[in-house]
Amino acid sequence: MSADFLAALRSRFPQAADRASADHPAVNVPLADVVAVLKFLRDEHGFDLLMDVTAIDWSEGANPRFTVVYHLLSTTRSGSYVRVAAPCGGNDEAPVAPSVTSLWPGANWHERECYDMFGIRFEGHPDLRRILMWEGYPYHPLRKDFPLAGIETELPGADVVEETGTKVVAAPWRVDRSSPRAVRSTSPRPSLAPRTRAGATASPGRTRRRCGR
Amino acid sequence: MAAEHTFPDSAARLAAGAATVPDEFQPEKMSLSMGPSHPSTHGVLRLQLEIDGETVTKADPVIGYLHRGDEKIAENMTYNQFVPYTDRLDYLAPLANNMAYAIAVERLAGVKVPPRCEAIRVITAEMARISAHLMGLGAFGLDVGAWTVLLYSLEEREKLYKLFEELTGARFTTSYTRIGGVTRDIPEGWLGRVGAFCDQFLPILEETLRLLTRNKIFMDRTVGVGVISKADALAYGLTGPNLRGSGVGLDLRKDKPYSGYENYEFDVPVGTSGDCYDRYLVRGEEMRQSVRIIRQVIARFPEGAWHATDARRIFAPPKDKVLTSMEELIQNFMIVTEGPQIPAGEVYFEAENPKGVLGFYIVSKGGGVPYRLKIRSPSFCNLSIVPKVCTGCLISDVVAVLGSLDFVMGECDR
Repeated sequence: MSADFLAALRSRFPQAADRASADHPAVNVPLADVVAVLKFLRDEHGFDLLMDVTAIDWSEGANPRFTVVYHLLSTTRSGSYVRVAAPCGGNDEAPVAPSVTSLWPGANWHERECYDMFGIRFEGHPDLRRILMWEGYPYHPLRKDFPLAGIETELPGADVVEETGTKVVAAPWRVDRSSPRAVRSTSPRPSLAPRTRAGATASPGRTRRRCGR
Repeated sequence: MAAEHTFPDSAARLAAGAATVPDEFQPEKMSLSMGPSHPSTHGVLRLQLEIDGETVTKADPVIGYLHRGDEKIAENMTYNQFVPYTDRLDYLAPLANNMAYAIAVERLAGVKVPPRCEAIRVITAEMARISAHLMGLGAFGLDVGAWTVLLYSLEEREKLYKLFEELTGARFTTSYTRIGGVTRDIPEGWLGRVGAFCDQFLPILEETLRLLTRNKIFMDRTVGVGVISKADALAYGLTGPNLRGSGVGLDLRKDKPYSGYENYEFDVPVGTSGDCYDRYLVRGEEMRQSVRIIRQVIARFPEGAWHATDARRIFAPPKDKVLTSMEELIQNFMIVTEGPQIPAGEVYFEAENPKGVLGFYIVSKGGGVPYRLKIRSPSFCNLSIVPKVCTGCLISDVVAVLGSLDFVMGECDR
């Protein structure tokens, strides 16, 4: 199918490599070229809608661990898509990627979500803060090392405590009286981690949901 | 042709107003938290507004109150187990979500469903569109002070829910699709009842729309309010009626047909000025077009199987075979315990849902569980334009803008 723009893309950006894909044309590009490639696709080949920005965590030990994926749609080429993927830079704890908010202001929320869920810092983003979880939440839940059942954390409300003197506490069923420190435990408990055997499913029904939200 | 009229950009109007006031008399700004349980925020959206008198100078949506971690949950269960979670995305049109998800996984698996299954899915998706738009219309009317519309539209929606219940066993949480098919065939005489619904619905729809379309109060509240230009709509990734209201005729049912939409004739309504009123008009017309599609589906409803018959490791065999034949019993057991076996790869599929384009990006490493599942929700993208649109509006216009964007927080927060 529409390989014309792929050929043009490859001649302009020789670093771009084909990405295995069964549905839409897809390319892998180096992180440094992401903005230029997307701008090229938008301005010269009519991919005017940025549908989605997301990331994949290839789990601990993988190199690169995180990949950002962009999906573009063209309103002029009768619904053709292109997928652009790039490995994140930085290290596993603080991966980085360039922000494309300068091209599409709509990337703002998508990138905030990626930051919230994976901890990817988008350089050049005007307002990179959490969007689905609350400000001050210490984890990035869609990372593979984050357990399905969640990790207990302090609830937001430090300002309420400061102002009123009333402590914000978790609902009673969640309080673990034997080990109050567990509330601040930073490492995921192994027993709560989803068990995934090759080919078998985890058993979400049997883990207790720990995290409040 | 009439000259194209444009409405002044509300942010520019605001800046012009402020420039006429000397610095020492600039008023103090006030901050107002609207929501998360405000009647016009349709769920749990919270808007952090900064206001200068009645004028909004800054709007910051705070979302996430309904975040359930659907994407994380999806990584930990089989493909079919996730179907009920899709009900709870856009909970006003669960059937359309079920269909979008099923098609995404089927594309990844390379499964082709028979025409009868496609027709069932189209008819349910269009019914879901009507019911979602009816709710959107009623709520929008309510937001701008037109009570009666909600009473009309809820009554019609109720009739649709009766039909959904008959088909799927549930009114809201339908979970109707399975990977490679649907849960059951349509009941006897159901198509006739859907046709009868369409016949009586069209006059009532006209009556309902007549309450608003030339209503002086409604027009005063919506015409020229919350204008979204074509360029802005594209830049913010708006989709669905909100994008078409701004004059971009993108409809994936036409531009990238799926599930046999290319076989049906329908028009894609587009707006001209991108204000709240245009978005309302587009939704009204879409309901008429949905009825048109439903009638065409009924007129040539295909015979044959209602699920993929050659997908042995994906679609569970019929129950009577499971109870009598060893091989089918094993097959059923494997699908239930390990999930449908989907090959490794990645897929991105988007469907034209009532609220806009719902996309599923699925990365599979093989087996019965997705490695990563991303939900691209239309409400999330449609809401991201709120800071831009609401700046410079009056507080009462914010309510009209939110009503016209017609979002669902279940889908936005996931």
